[in-house]
Parts: sequence; C-alpha cells; structure tokens
Amino acid sequence: MSILLLHEVTVSFDGFRALNSLSLDIAVGELRCIIGPNGAGKTTMMDVITGKTRADRGKVMFDQTIDVRRMTEADIAHLGIGRKFQKPTIFENLTVFENLELAMKMDKRARVSMFAWLDDSERDRVSDTLKQIRLDHQAERQAGLLSHGQKQWLEIGMLLIQDPRLLLLDEPVAGMTDDETARTGELFKSLAGKHSLVVVEHDMAFIEQLGGKVTVLHEGSVLAEGDLATVQNDARVIEVYLGR
Amino acid sequence: MRRPFIVRFFSATPKAGWQALAIFTTFALLVVPLLHLAVPETSVFHVSSYAITLIGKIMCFAIVGVAMDLIWGYAGILSLGHGLFFALGGYAFGMYLMRQIGRDGSYQSDLPDFMVFLDWKQLPWYWTGSDSIWWAAVLVLTVPALVALVFGFFAFRSRIKGVYFSIITQAMTFAAMLYFFRNETGFGGNNGFTDFKRIAGYSITSPEMRVTLFALSAAMLMATLVLCRYVVSSKFGRVLMAIRDAESRVMFLGYNPLHYKLAAWTLSAFLCGIAGALYVPQVGIINPGEMSPANSIEIAIWVAVGGRATLVGPVIGAFIVNLSKSFFTQAFPEYWLFFLGALFVGVTLWLPQGVVGLWSQWREKRANALAIAPADAAVEPGAAK
Ligand SMILES: Nc1ncnc2c1ncn2[C@@H]1O[C@H](COP(=O)(O)OP(=O)(O)O)[C@@H](O)[C@H]1O
Ligand SMILES: [Mg+2]
Repeated sequence: MSILLLHEVTVSFDGFRALNSLSLDIAVGELRCIIGPNGAGKTTMMDVITGKTRADRGKVMFDQTIDVRRMTEADIAHLGIGRKFQKPTIFENLTVFENLELAMKMDKRARVSMFAWLDDSERDRVSDTLKQIRLDHQAERQAGLLSHGQKQWLEIGMLLIQDPRLLLLDEPVAGMTDDETARTGELFKSLAGKHSLVVVEHDMAFIEQLGGKVTVLHEGSVLAEGDLATVQNDARVIEVYLGR
Repeated sequence: MRRPFIVRFFSATPKAGWQALAIFTTFALLVVPLLHLAVPETSVFHVSSYAITLIGKIMCFAIVGVAMDLIWGYAGILSLGHGLFFALGGYAFGMYLMRQIGRDGSYQSDLPDFMVFLDWKQLPWYWTGSDSIWWAAVLVLTVPALVALVFGFFAFRSRIKGVYFSIITQAMTFAAMLYFFRNETGFGGNNGFTDFKRIAGYSITSPEMRVTLFALSAAMLMATLVLCRYVVSSKFGRVLMAIRDAESRVMFLGYNPLHYKLAAWTLSAFLCGIAGALYVPQVGIINPGEMSPANSIEIAIWVAVGGRATLVGPVIGAFIVNLSKSFFTQAFPEYWLFFLGALFVGVTLWLPQGVVGLWSQWREKRANALAIAPADAAVEPGAAK
C-alpha cells in the first residue's frame, strides 16, 4: 500500500524543468532515502508535496485517494504530512518548549488558540518529545541560542510532536557532529514502520546506516532506484553523481 | 491544573505590571481629578485644564501606540495607516457631538452648520441615528474594525507583506483623507467637525466633563494594556510571533496565518477607533488632517522610540514624543520636525529596542555584575510552568 504516490510530476520555472515527469511510490511505513546532485530537484519535490509549489502536470496522491495538488499548505499539514526544511527553521525568539507547543497536533484555529491552555497530557507529550530529542534540560531556553545540531533536533522534534503519518526530511543531519548524526539515524530507524519517512541526504554513511531503499534523482527525474549497493554500482549513477 | 479563563486573563499581566497600574489608577482616577476640581487655581498644586487635556490626549495616543505594537511588534506587520482607524473612531463620535450642538450653531438650525452652508435640507441617510450616544458608540466600536477587516482580508489573503503592505496602508489613509476633504462626503470637508457644546446634555467644557474624559481615557489605556498582555501571552500571541519570525514554517505546522493576522489587525483597529472617540471631545476638533500619512508614520515612531514588542514601550514612547512635541511647538515650532527626524534616526541607530530595551539592558548588566549563579538556574527544566 502506498502512502505517497507521485505520477509524472513536472514543474517548470520559466521553462526550466526542475522536476521532469518524476514518478515515485512510497509505501506505508517505509524509510526512503533520496540522493542526487545539487539542483537535482529534491527540495522542489518536497515543495510540491507540501503545497509550496504547484505542479504543472502530474498527480500527487496521499494515502492513495487524496489529491493534494489543490490544497493549501495548512490543509496538507493537517492530512499528516510533516516537513523539515533544508535550512533549520525554528522560532528563534520562542523557547524550546514553546516551539514544540506550537507544533503539537491540536486544534490550530485562531479563535481556539486565543483561549488554548495545555492540559497535563499535552504537557507530558512535550516532555516526552523533549527527552526524545535530548533537549529536556533546555526547555525554557530561547531556541535561537541552541547549537546548530540542537536546532536540527528541535525541528525534528517539532515534526514528531505533530504526529504526522509521512515525514519529509530535507538534509536533516547537515551540520551535525558524527555522534549526533548516528543518534539521528537511530531515531529515524525507530520511527519507520509506525511512520513513513522520506529522507534527502548527501551523507552516504548516514544513508547506509538507515538501510532503506534509495532513489537517485537527476535533472528532475528518477535515475535509479534500489538498495544502496545496487545504485552505487549503477553505471549511470556513477557517472552523474558518485563518480565525481 | 485547569484555571478558569478569568484568572488566566488577569494573571497574564505580571505582579509588577499590576503594581504600576495601581499607582497609575490612583493618580489618574483620584489624585489628578481632585487636584483639578478641588484645589483652587491659585495653588501650586492645582492641575491646569491645559495639563489635563494634554495628558488625556496623550493617553489616547498611547492606546493607539499599544494597538500598533500588537500588530507591528508582535506580528511584524508595519502599518502606516493606523491614523485612519483612529480618525474613523473620532468621526463616528464626532457625528454625535455635532448633533448635540442642536440649535446652538451659527445658523440656529437642526442641521450641523456645514450642511446648512452646503444648502442641504436634511441629514444624509448615513447620519441616521447620530443623535443617539448609543448609536454613536456602536459606530465607534464597529466602523474602524469593519474597515480594517475588509482591507486586511484582501491584503493578507493576497499575501502582501513587508514594505508593500506598509505602502498600501499609506495609500489607504491618504485616499480616505482626500475623500473626507470633499464637502459632498458629508463630514464637514476640510474643516471637519468642531465647536462641540455638549455630551449627553452636559457641557463639554466643564471641569467635571474634562476630568471624566481624562479618567475614561486612563481606564481605556489600562484596559488596553491588560487585554493586549493577555493576547500576546496566549498561544494566539505565540503564533503571531512565530508568523513574524518564520511565516512559512507556521503554515507547514498547519496554521492559517490569514486568520491570525486578520484577528490581530482588526483588534488593533478596534482599539484605535475607541482611542479616537475619546480623543475628539478632549481636543474639540476632528478633521481630515488626522488621516494624513505623516500622522500614521508618527504612530510608528512612538512605538519605535518606546520599544517594540513590549506593550509598555509604546506608552512611554507616546509620552516622550508628544510631550516633546508640545514643548517644541510652543518654544521652537520650526524645529519640531527636525527633532522628530533626529529622534527617529537616533533610536533606529542606537536603540533598536527603544527606551524599554535600554532599561532591560541596564538591568541585565546590573544583574550580571551582582550575581554569579542565577543565569544557569534560569534554564533548568524546573523553571517550566
Ligand atoms: N523558485 C524557483 N525559481 C526558479 N528556479 C528554481 C526555484 N526553485 C528551485 N529552482 C531550480 O530548480 C532546480 C532544483 O532545485 P532544488 O529542488 O532546490 O534542488 P536540490 O534540492 O536537489 O539541490 C535548481 O536548478 C534550482 O535552481
Ligand atoms: Mg535542496
């Protein structure tokens, strides 16, 4: 069963095709890695899935029946698609706790937020997530003061607390120490199965650690797909990407 | 544990805030009125009617400053058209004040003088009900807010942001000013409304009325501060700040920024309208000059001088700028604009957090000098609410 299906999706920017008839099928509970040289269209693909960019052609189906192409960013988020950006974007002026509070899955309408008050179970969820991302001693710290790696973790925490069915992670371990990277890998592996994950990365050791199926993007379409060893031995992949 | 809403509402303002408000209340509702009404004019303790009117007027400006801070400081939306909402509130109440003149105008007519002058025979339809103070209150509470709601809906829905938004708000207030300048608009043209005589039958120039308006302005300023403090410390307020800092992130978390911005924007305009309605009877005039683009820019300067995203800052800023203004316009009128410009440039360069920022920097320095330990204690999870 597929959680996300892209069928021949094309996106052009002034005639330049950032995505060129891209097809992709992510199964429920799968952990998929996407690699590809800079400019291959990885971020654009996430923009299309989350409603930031509109596809010119093609289908984007979530959970087999829901067509997300005409939906707003907020509505897509409510379907259960969470996204971590390439550049960590957290709310620097709020505390770590407050960042998670805003991300948490709950009624997000303005008139509800005006009177909202966290109950005990919601506080517990925040504390659990804080432990999961190892920021439980920094709850009241202003998020802007965290280290780069900690900001990445906070953003991952903001994703987790939304409890999305599908997580899109754009270069999640960029700027992390080796130790932090390894722990992030463990976390992602523990999430697979319960959630579906799409991870865009350059770090081959990290992809190897994750161990899922790998898709290679090149010039807006799929160049190769399979386990890491297979794609690493693919002649075309070596030529455009790994060989350089 | 769940606390009732009313407790949460009032406890959003911290203890120090309530202490300051208590002192302010004592002065504004007790000391100053008594010193004006009961102490003879010859005494040094007498508060002159000039001072009462000046401070009353500045308190109305301070309300506008706080309302502006809500939208600029917290939501990052710089409006350069807030003078319009203030003026609309003023005009809405001014209509009632014009009707209260009755037959005491120069033409001894039931119609306001400017309508007689235009040779109008009856009130235009939109003046219906303007002789009722209740209807006037309804207009004050709804018209500025509705105008803001409609304007904001289209602007925010089109995702107009930053400097573009500021420019269209300038255009909005400028267009409204031109419209109100026309005599046919039915709001007194460039003279606007003036020569008010009464409110609810009581003389508008009596000391008691002056003190009443002063006290109402003070009470409204306090209510505005308490209300806005609740708003910015609620989850709604945190979402506003998040929109200010990273709007697209907020959308991907499942929030619709349009609703948040629109609610804050409309609330802000609503408060400005009330301030305008309190202002007009105190100064005795409202004309389209209140809608001039320069007036709206000045509002932003009060907020910048006092300190953005602080709520009290704009109150301080409104007092600093307007007290200086009344000093300069008497002592050196030709230098006022230079002073205002210099003040704005100076604050932008050296005091990005405004006067309040200076104060908290100083307190931080002192705390660092005095203590060694507490900085670390503050980030312990035990400090979590
Ligand atoms: N908004 C945009 N306007 C124009 N070109 C864009 C836009 N977004 C991305 N592109 C182009 O599309 C291509 C794919 O970009 P991107 O998806 O960011 O690649 P990746 O994330 O794989 O490095 C790049 O050549 C980039 O310059
Ligand atoms: Mg990218």
